[in-house]
Amino acid sequence: MLELDRVTAGYDRGVPVVADLSLAVGEGEAVGLLGPSGCGKSTLARVAALLHRPWAGTVRLAGEPVTGFRFRAPRAERTRVGVVFQQPRLAADPRLTLGDLIAEPARATGRGAELADRAARLADDIGLTPALLGRRPHEVSDGQLQRACLARALLLRPGLLICDEMTAMLDASTTAALAAVVEEYRREHGAALLAVGHDRVLLRRWCDRVLDFPTGR
Amino acid sequence: MSRTPSQPREDPPQGRPLLSVRELSVRFLMPGGRPVAAVTDVSFDLRPGECLALVGESGCGKSVLASALLGLLPGNARTRGAALIDTGEGPLDLLTADEATLARTVRGRRAGLIPQSPAAHLTPVRTVRSHLAETVRALRGTPRRELRAAAEAAAARAAFPADHLDRHPHQLSGGLAQRAATALALVADAPLLIADEPTTGLDRDLVDRTVGELRRHADEGHGLLVITHDLAAAERVADRVAVMYAGRVVELAAADAFFGHPGPRHPYAAGLLDALPERSFTPIPGLPPELDALPDGCAFAPRCDRATERCASLPALADGVACHHAREAADA
Repeated sequence: MLELDRVTAGYDRGVPVVADLSLAVGEGEAVGLLGPSGCGKSTLARVAALLHRPWAGTVRLAGEPVTGFRFRAPRAERTRVGVVFQQPRLAADPRLTLGDLIAEPARATGRGAELADRAARLADDIGLTPALLGRRPHEVSDGQLQRACLARALLLRPGLLICDEMTAMLDASTTAALAAVVEEYRREHGAALLAVGHDRVLLRRWCDRVLDFPTGR
Repeated sequence: MSRTPSQPREDPPQGRPLLSVRELSVRFLMPGGRPVAAVTDVSFDLRPGECLALVGESGCGKSVLASALLGLLPGNARTRGAALIDTGEGPLDLLTADEATLARTVRGRRAGLIPQSPAAHLTPVRTVRSHLAETVRALRGTPRRELRAAAEAAAARAAFPADHLDRHPHQLSGGLAQRAATALALVADAPLLIADEPTTGLDRDLVDRTVGELRRHADEGHGLLVITHDLAAAERVADRVAVMYAGRVVELAAADAFFGHPGPRHPYAAGLLDALPERSFTPIPGLPPELDALPDGCAFAPRCDRATERCASLPALADGVACHHAREAADA
């Protein structure tokens, strides 16, 4: 599903954050990527999510290399990848209600009406009540907001879900609940998962295969 | 240092409590007069050398409780009950003390706070040295010519490396920012330390180190209140655990009994532990109730598999657990 081939990535100046790294996530496979803070795993997640253009190397999505102006894959390709970030407060537009937040990708792709039912069902599956869907991010807890962010990532039925420390801010019960939602989604759609984190026990429990982020670059 | 749960723990230190919280409640008055019950009837004691971990889901009232203890609640908050801190000259009620007393005698001096997300708590345009020097001068009245040495000594106490003192907050890793905030909280050797989510966002190595440092402060005779949703960290640092749900303490137990044998007695606490990936990794069904619409009876009943008609009445915290169907210690 996703292949990173000798990817080197970094920011404006200085040393690369990710150097010469190769990684493959198979069709329907769940891969955990484990590493300490500051090792470059979030940068790698951004590359994998087609949000950050690598300096060198190739990213292949379903066998096709991702190219194009500013690393912009065609929309049809980009929407095959769903992303959930660590901090829901930074990943959610504070002006949107949770309901609008979940439906945002559908509106952005002009499929709002078509996907309205799916958005409602997803919200229900993920444990958000209609009352919560009417609230804005500042009126809900981190756990509730992260639930909405996960529903948003699943709305367009991505074939690959990338979770960058999705549960680092959350308590044990919410963590297990979100992991179960991802599990259920993958079973239903045969989707692949790349979960990035620092909790070995959690990733072992959650993924088919756990890799240590290569250190000593 | 760290202790594994299998090791027997010494009895909690005895003596006069450093902090005595009695039936503390906090209500926020929202626009339109709708009250939000953030904290309800919380009581506990904290003795010198003891660490109490306050655990629970986000939004259960843990951090509001810490703010109440330091007089840092916003203007729309109303408090009830008492929170007596031992000042050496008799107890002082933190809830009714005026701002000048809190600022001059309590914050930093009797009660230090290690804030949540320390990197955001530090002033971005100043170096760690400048933060420490200012705090040392304000809390200890150290003369200017001795500030440099005093700041370095304060940094060393929290194991903050001296060659990083001239860095700005954005140049620090999460672990170093944590230690800088700890150093600031320790400047005046406050007998009570409150740590709000000290391990959030840190990786395991840093969690281990932070937990070890906190435990050492408790072992040196400080009273430590750790607010966290990280049960693994709580297990390693705490002598006692208070589990909060919907603003109330539903279980208050010795940490080794809670995490080891016989285990938690309140169904919510049991569910929280079972949700850990090293245990059964099953979530508690449902969501916590809204704090502006709490039921009259047990707030956990709608999510609880032991709930019966009795749960329509509010269970009192008796013998360390607030539940009509608490597991008896003998059942385990």
